[in-house]
Amino acid sequence: MLHNVTDVTVATLLDAVAARFPQGYRLITLTCVDCVDNLEVLYHFYRNYELSHLRLCVAKGTVVPSISGIYSCAVIVENELKDLFGLTFDGLVLDYEGRFMLAADAPVAPMLRTAPAQAAARNGELKMEP
Amino acid sequence: MTTAATTTRRTLIPFGPQHPVLPEPLHLRLVLEDEIVVNALPAVGYIHRGIEKLAELKDFQQNVFLLERICGICSFIHSLAYCQGIEELMQLDVPPRAKYLRVVWSELNRLHSHLLWLGLLADSFGFESLFMQVWKTREKVLDLEEATAGARIMLSTCAIGGVRRDLSDEQIAQVLHGLDAIERDFESFIPAVITDTTVKHRLVGVGVITQQQAHELGAVGPVARASGIARDLRVTGYAAYGELGLNPVIETDGDCYARTLVRVRELHQSLLLIRKALKRLPATPIAVPVKGNPIGEVVSRVEQPRGEVLYYLKANGTKTLERVRVRTPTFANIPALLAMLPGNELADVPVITLAIDPCVSCTER
Amino acid sequence: MFPFVTTILRALRRGPATRRYPYEVRPPMAGSRGHLVNEPDTCIYCGLCVRRCPAGALAVTREPKSWTLDPYRCILCAYCVEVCPKKCLRMEPSHVRAAS
Repeated sequence: MLHNVTDVTVATLLDAVAARFPQGYRLITLTCVDCVDNLEVLYHFYRNYELSHLRLCVAKGTVVPSISGIYSCAVIVENELKDLFGLTFDGLVLDYEGRFMLAADAPVAPMLRTAPAQAAARNGELKMEP
Repeated sequence: MTTAATTTRRTLIPFGPQHPVLPEPLHLRLVLEDEIVVNALPAVGYIHRGIEKLAELKDFQQNVFLLERICGICSFIHSLAYCQGIEELMQLDVPPRAKYLRVVWSELNRLHSHLLWLGLLADSFGFESLFMQVWKTREKVLDLEEATAGARIMLSTCAIGGVRRDLSDEQIAQVLHGLDAIERDFESFIPAVITDTTVKHRLVGVGVITQQQAHELGAVGPVARASGIARDLRVTGYAAYGELGLNPVIETDGDCYARTLVRVRELHQSLLLIRKALKRLPATPIAVPVKGNPIGEVVSRVEQPRGEVLYYLKANGTKTLERVRVRTPTFANIPALLAMLPGNELADVPVITLAIDPCVSCTER
Repeated sequence: MFPFVTTILRALRRGPATRRYPYEVRPPMAGSRGHLVNEPDTCIYCGLCVRRCPAGALAVTREPKSWTLDPYRCILCAYCVEVCPKKCLRMEPSHVRAAS
């Protein structure tokens, strides 16, 4: 089970992350979960083997502030989420513009959970076998 | 000579995705001033397979075999991380014998991973005979894996609720005997790695990152430990590590030589752990039955040969999972790699890149 | 120089470290997962193995009775072997060559 989860909003995210940096927290990674209606971004931190998470719930299409100005190592994972989930980050230190992990002819935001018909139409009949 | 030639000229050199020292495609755009690297930009995505997406379509039992195939080196440890996550969600109590066997296979994985890396490192600075000797020994580890698990790389022995194979007394004796032979091999080539002048010349003082940098950039595994960060998830005591006991191997110099020393000492540590685990192997069943489906979300972390791997699993009570997220150690070490490169010569870039033990298949999943 | 002489002598005494493959083939290890076989006589075509297979390599039909394996998809995990109610599926230790 997930312990130590703090809910944050787009407005309070940067303050919460900036408060963790001097306390010796290390950023492990970001996880994006598609909850159909909205996207959930989890920020995993740890200090002395103790985990701590921030949970940010945003509507699809929201611009999320980038934490790469605070934790510079976040830049690669934010670019990955941008490619795979179509999330937009504001203030990315280094922006690959959606070409970090996917090539120009790759499906758009392939990790999103969409109705199969929609996904097929958008991705040009790209099939994934179960 | 014109005046333009006397000012510093910047050159952009593409390193990879195809490069003799790289076992897997990783692309670095290097900005050089004369022979010195001033900046590096990574580009990945050549072998992105969409495993996280596929894991949402398979049922949670089948995922064990799928996620094991993220990495061809630390396959068992991937399935272990996943199984431990699901076991926490379903509150399964894994029998002690299964926990000890998990340690045995994890450490066999670590042994052959570190040996593979040591061979590749030797190859990266042109020490062909060392590469051959190390891989000859790695073959013995692979043979032990095949004898105990039935396959050289994809062990497929970890299952939710325990392990799928037991070891007979003959197999235990065979492993212990094999480990003795491996240790004798270590004595023949490890002195060459750590004392040879030529090897030291290529490694000492190359690709340095400080402890502060390693911490802030989120380095994991041997990269972090070589910079003096005593962080090894095995001390948290998952599987049977809590009962076997170990201290993280650390070095403080933070250069490629320190990373080599950390991994070489971890080879001996793995031998010790396997012997201890086999000696204390409890006589209990090896698995518990799994009933029902997992529900809830969990983060599971274990220590791979390259560092910490994180699994985030979200289950909704059905057979399929809602989200499987894998953060592999190489992904975490890329920022550290980019910090190591500036200030070094172009000729050292292959060595520095290999010193983090990059696993690109892991990184892209 | 002298350590090298002993190395050379040792190498001459021991011979090559490699096997003369394909003239000399290592026998398969017992318990190795080489390839999957089915006993059609005992198989009841229940389809449990199909439902379990993580790779979608198996296909079973009851009428007419058929059990097919796509060897290029099979990942040799032996997950189907564990579930088989008649124990007619088994893993053979020998590996098949890609071109045979």
